[in-house]
Amino acid sequence: MKPVSRPVMEESLKQAFLMPAVAVGNVGQLAVDLIVSTLNMSRVGHIHTDCLIPMAGNNPYATCKEDAEELHTPAEVYTAAELKLAVLQIRAPIVQTKSKKFRQLLVSWIKASGFSRTVVLSSSHAYQRDDQQLQGTPLRYLVTPSLLKVSADALKELGWREMERVSAFPGLTDANTEPRLYIPGGGITKGLYTDSCTEDLSLAVLLLFCSEGDNIPDAFTLVNHLNDWLQLLDNHSPEPNKWKIPPSWNLLFGSGIPPALF
Amino acid sequence: MATFFGEVLSVYSRAVEEEEEDVDEENEEDEEIRRELEQKREVVLHWSPEVSEALRSGNKLQCSDFILAVGHNAASFLSAYVLSSANWDAVGHASVWNERSRAVTGQHSEESACVFHRRKDNPSVLICQVTCYLAEDQLFQWTEKVFECLQHRELNVMVLSDGSVADYKTADYLCSSSAPFLRSLHTGAFSDRPVCQPLEQPNIITGLPAAVLNHCQVHRVAAVVYQCYSDVIGPDSVTMETYKLALTRLGRSIQLYPSPSTDVLRKFARTTDIQSNLYI
Repeated sequence: MKPVSRPVMEESLKQAFLMPAVAVGNVGQLAVDLIVSTLNMSRVGHIHTDCLIPMAGNNPYATCKEDAEELHTPAEVYTAAELKLAVLQIRAPIVQTKSKKFRQLLVSWIKASGFSRTVVLSSSHAYQRDDQQLQGTPLRYLVTPSLLKVSADALKELGWREMERVSAFPGLTDANTEPRLYIPGGGITKGLYTDSCTEDLSLAVLLLFCSEGDNIPDAFTLVNHLNDWLQLLDNHSPEPNKWKIPPSWNLLFGSGIPPALF
Repeated sequence: MATFFGEVLSVYSRAVEEEEEDVDEENEEDEEIRRELEQKREVVLHWSPEVSEALRSGNKLQCSDFILAVGHNAASFLSAYVLSSANWDAVGHASVWNERSRAVTGQHSEESACVFHRRKDNPSVLICQVTCYLAEDQLFQWTEKVFECLQHRELNVMVLSDGSVADYKTADYLCSSSAPFLRSLHTGAFSDRPVCQPLEQPNIITGLPAAVLNHCQVHRVAAVVYQCYSDVIGPDSVTMETYKLALTRLGRSIQLYPSPSTDVLRKFARTTDIQSNLYI
């Protein structure tokens, strides 16, 4: 029996697809954790590939003792049928020499699954911003021509800021280079975006300028921003902290402190 | 990263490496160097003539139990408590080269870094001891190549893996008397009960044990990893003994020596290396 190394998506689920880029602060991945945990999504498959560094652990979204002992792998797909949403969580860095191969794998799988739109949650080094980018919101978006046709109005209404093209050599006025897309610290984000444009996929990137550190607030910022567009959560709920933090976020900065230290 | 004392450590930073934009514009010479390097880093399995014969024409080895030891304590435990009987044949080894492999004189070191043993009177029980470092791009390859040789039906896999208690996260601070201890992780197909507590979140495992678990999970093979968290860096007899509990389940397939002599244990628990005598 052939193993399911990549899940095949059912017809009814061919709607929105979310995925994180392994990027600075792991913000995209943290945001996906919040989404899977809050919406209580079900795991439907793994992506088994040599492109990711192996890791394994017990259930990061465990709600009780009974489901705690479930093995989880570096790349898994979750769905929420009622929201027609599929989500990929990536838990490990991409093997350095394999990022192109991984991008190709993702693009071909997204294409084969026929998702109506894909959103990549990502981040970029805050310290690399140019003078323009330092002002205003730290959130940016990118959208492929294919998705722009469908979502132009929604994006305009949201008043989001598109990721600027920056000059390759800031400060050098006589260099004959066009401004280009530059997402430092974004991992495969830029590559995935340009590949999607080439392959005519409906894909958007939502990214946040941030720095390494305690990136939990950044994850909340990004996921709330996404929610403004996709309306994943029931807006009638008055609670401010509507996102559920998973148990895997415990002890993010190490074990408890030894009392003998004091 | 260079440390205070001048040794160079490879530290994994959360900050992401930027993608190389000029990979597509490589010239022929660069490509050839890259190819040669990739070839050098390939994991190669060397089997005994008998096993090679059995694997000919795409056949697989009949295997009911595969026990993998990753790390010096796990490997030494198997050597002292299991392999010291005359009941085992060395049937192969894997050659693995990466940037951390020290220049070796003669074949001996390379052959002993990753060795396969098979029980003489029950050839479906296979043991592998891995004491070398496997780089992140070699883990998947090693796993696929080894498991390609084993038939998966009714296969049971057990991995014994060394870990440091410094990597174990817990809300209550562990005092040193609780180490060494075991924690388990198993695949969905594993129906037996592990001999110790499951590994609690947010702890995870990486490296070869993780690669093996990933493979077994996807291919629905029953597998369990026993991670031993120890506060001693090198080989140590107390840490080795901790693994005894894990092998009780395999009673019929593996015969444990109840207590090897001190001489046997001393052979495996070597004293600290000369270069780290700064902290005697």
